[in-house]
Amino acid sequence: MSGQTSQETNCNEVTSLDSVVVRFAGDSGDGMQLTGSQFSVATALEGSDLSTFPDFPAEIRAPVGTTFGVSAFQINFGSVEVSTAGDEPDVLVIMNPAALKVNLANLRNGGMIILDEGAFSAKNLKKAGYESNPLEDDSLSHYDVKRMDITKMTVEAVKEYGLGKKDSLRCKNMWTLGLLLWMFGRKRQPIIDSLEQKFAKKPDIAQANIAALNAGHAFGETAEMSCNLRRYHIDKYKEEPGTYRTVNGNQSLSWGILAGSQLADLQLILGSYPITPASPLLHTLAGLKEFGVITFQAEDEIAAICGAIGASFAGCLGMTTSSGPGIALKTEAIGLAISTELPLIIVDIQRAGPSTGLPTKTEQSDLYQAVWGRNGDAPIVVLSVSNSTDGFEVGIEAVRIATKYMTPVMILSDGYIANASEPWKIPDFNDYEPFPVKFHTETEGFQPFLRDPETLARVWAKPGTPGLMHRIGGIEKDYNSGHISYDADNHQKMTDVRKAKIDNIANDMPLQDVSQGTEGGKLAVVGWGSTYGAIHQAVKRARKDGLDVAHVHLRHIWPLPRNLNDLLKSYDKVIVAEMNSGQLNTLLRSQYLLDTHLLSKVSGQPFKISEITEAIAENLGESA
Amino acid sequence: MNKLSEITKASPKDFETDQEVRWCPGCGDYAILKGVQMALANTGSKPENTVFVSGIGCSSRFPYYISTYGFHTIHGRAPGFATGIKLANPDLEVWLVTGDGDGLSIGGNHMLHVLRRNVNIQIMLFNNEIYGLTKGQYSPTSQPGLKTPSTPMGSVDAPLSPCVFALGAGARFVARGIDTSLKELPQTLARAKEHKGASFVEIFQNCIVYNDGVFDEFTTKKTAKDTQIHVKHGEKMLFGKDVLKGLHFNADKMVLEVVTIGEDGITEDDILVHDETNRHMAFMLCELEAPDFPVVCGIIYCNPAESYEQLVHYQLEQAKQAKKADFNALLRSGRTWVVE
Repeated sequence: MSGQTSQETNCNEVTSLDSVVVRFAGDSGDGMQLTGSQFSVATALEGSDLSTFPDFPAEIRAPVGTTFGVSAFQINFGSVEVSTAGDEPDVLVIMNPAALKVNLANLRNGGMIILDEGAFSAKNLKKAGYESNPLEDDSLSHYDVKRMDITKMTVEAVKEYGLGKKDSLRCKNMWTLGLLLWMFGRKRQPIIDSLEQKFAKKPDIAQANIAALNAGHAFGETAEMSCNLRRYHIDKYKEEPGTYRTVNGNQSLSWGILAGSQLADLQLILGSYPITPASPLLHTLAGLKEFGVITFQAEDEIAAICGAIGASFAGCLGMTTSSGPGIALKTEAIGLAISTELPLIIVDIQRAGPSTGLPTKTEQSDLYQAVWGRNGDAPIVVLSVSNSTDGFEVGIEAVRIATKYMTPVMILSDGYIANASEPWKIPDFNDYEPFPVKFHTETEGFQPFLRDPETLARVWAKPGTPGLMHRIGGIEKDYNSGHISYDADNHQKMTDVRKAKIDNIANDMPLQDVSQGTEGGKLAVVGWGSTYGAIHQAVKRARKDGLDVAHVHLRHIWPLPRNLNDLLKSYDKVIVAEMNSGQLNTLLRSQYLLDTHLLSKVSGQPFKISEITEAIAENLGESA
Repeated sequence: MNKLSEITKASPKDFETDQEVRWCPGCGDYAILKGVQMALANTGSKPENTVFVSGIGCSSRFPYYISTYGFHTIHGRAPGFATGIKLANPDLEVWLVTGDGDGLSIGGNHMLHVLRRNVNIQIMLFNNEIYGLTKGQYSPTSQPGLKTPSTPMGSVDAPLSPCVFALGAGARFVARGIDTSLKELPQTLARAKEHKGASFVEIFQNCIVYNDGVFDEFTTKKTAKDTQIHVKHGEKMLFGKDVLKGLHFNADKMVLEVVTIGEDGITEDDILVHDETNRHMAFMLCELEAPDFPVVCGIIYCNPAESYEQLVHYQLEQAKQAKKADFNALLRSGRTWVVE
């Protein structure tokens, strides 16, 4: 908790905080994701800045009470810009011993633990692997532990609704949520509304959950009187005027690509195959049929992208979504889209690898795969998404480039921002300039690889157009006629033109900006993708401490912004911070012969601000 | 009836391209190409509304030689591309060209699903029981014992029957033809085109270089009448030089038998009538193999249902009618708040 300002004299005095990190942790079946997301809604409506981090296992329902079945939801919220879900929780809400075991190490020293002592039975302790009860030894002595029998009080609160034991216990999360809402002064009504909506067909369940929510809230009020618990106040975050909502990375990206297709005046056709953490894009777009979106859940990753390419060939905007392992399967088809020069949007929501890796944990280790991972010289455009809201702009930009230059564009996001929510000032769609696609119709002098001399894009002639019948494929094409060609010089020429087309897109991209700090100086921290928040906060703190450090964050991974070389060379030192073992670092070194320093993290968890702060201090120390 | 007069005007030549055909001299693909061009002309296909999609292999070079739109894609994946094309524009006439390797080995999975989904396309599987373009390795339809560069001691793989596979996958149109039978093949292809949904046509195609004569047992013109049977819906399944042989259903053993009218008290009443809507019968017909049985050609199964892309587009229309597409409203759906 930062910015604590009150005196601890009076039980019902409210402590003011700038920001606080709360982590809800329980069994997969305890409904922690729902609790966290509902708390986020209540928090957003209260006008806080916020960033969330759902952290759950790959197993749908691991055996109850085990450590590998622990599911957690972290939220950082405040009256100040938070940018990340927070390095370490200030408050840990614990629903069972396994959750304590898994999450305690990360709790801030002296942090608060709110726990359900009713769940600390001998059986649950054993399942979690505790040899002695941590509530009875001194292992929690340097934390502020608030124990209460949430299980018992929940059962009590919902008794009158006649639910079975199992259903009664499922209301524990709402009881806990009620207590947290009271602690942080968030309103209950939005939660009540959503419970009534969610359980419209099961009014008993709805009412029981609401009763549990109210009981948790009432418990706070009562406990306050006995000085056991206290309330905290967080001022509203001063945001720009406008209408806001919360959005996660998958949502903003789905909407962004759909927005792009609307601006391009093209029907969007998604070919996809379910995979964590990319499936929500398929779900989101499947629900937007009124916009003419077609979603094709194919038999595998390969058929999914082939369907998308077929759609582009036929004059729609093809799109495919996946994660690293699925992108690997799509690789050959991506090569075909490059060779036939068709527009295509490829979304890679990265997860920890290699192979199956850690499906629900985050990483940025598909950069090589995106930029270089194909047979032959096969350049494509690669863009990255920096935070939960950024996907909207990136999605539109991807469609603009794909259609203007007749090229596949790969968008890299990752499991962290895919699921993390942030407040978003909702844009007005009418403010975006349309870029309608013009299909080729002129038969005079037509051949399928006729190029625009400026963009080098080939013409897009769709089946159904009289007089433009043509055949394309993965075999090399003659530069002048578009027919199959095995000619050596022609292959050189075609390889060169495919490369030149992609390189040239750098001239149609904004110059790389410095997101914080100045051009030139002692140190720049370079990042891409979801590390934005952590780097942003670390650089902000360092600059506040008077350190000469800047933050440069890339959206365009390939081609690189045309001023990036000069920009990076304007600093004495450059740190590349990324969640892989040095992929952007290698890319920048290879392109610019620049002696960059790598800050790598590959633990399946996002960067902590402190990890970047330390790297900044270390690097400036050396150069001082 | 202006349309009809247009149809009669089209000629197979209208579907030829200026590309030099690069199949081996004497390859069965030449005859099939001719048969397809005839079928397109006869049925009034419009080059600008027609797309040929293929995978990889000798057969998959096909699109380059047809003057429609064409997409030569990647190995085994043509069904995915064809599905995308039909979803994007259901009005296009889409033909898929594949082979026994492309369609049943590397692309077996996709073949299964495009048939099951019932995407309204025509699939022509050129079966030559060999890998031609990679120089003669055995394929999933090769006979056991076949010696090839990759099976020097003979293949030990059990072969697959393409039509049985298609029926098993849920295909609602299954037919067979022979590359050089240019009387029947265009008619079979015309029926395939007429059928709404996925049409599967296996075409026996002779690979003159790597598997020459593999189908001679039943394709040799001299003996063809005794080794082939061309089935027609509602007609007795008779064959043979004197048209006295026929297929009889032995109900006790649940099998088909070859009988001869006039022998062992067999009369025409004992001969089974072809019912192309009967899936069980279709399975039995597809499983008949030479030399004990005639090889069944023609329309073996035809039982249409609504196609995949049609159902997808119905849902789009329903959704559009139920809800107005309003992007700003979408972005503001759910909980929002205003900062003053």
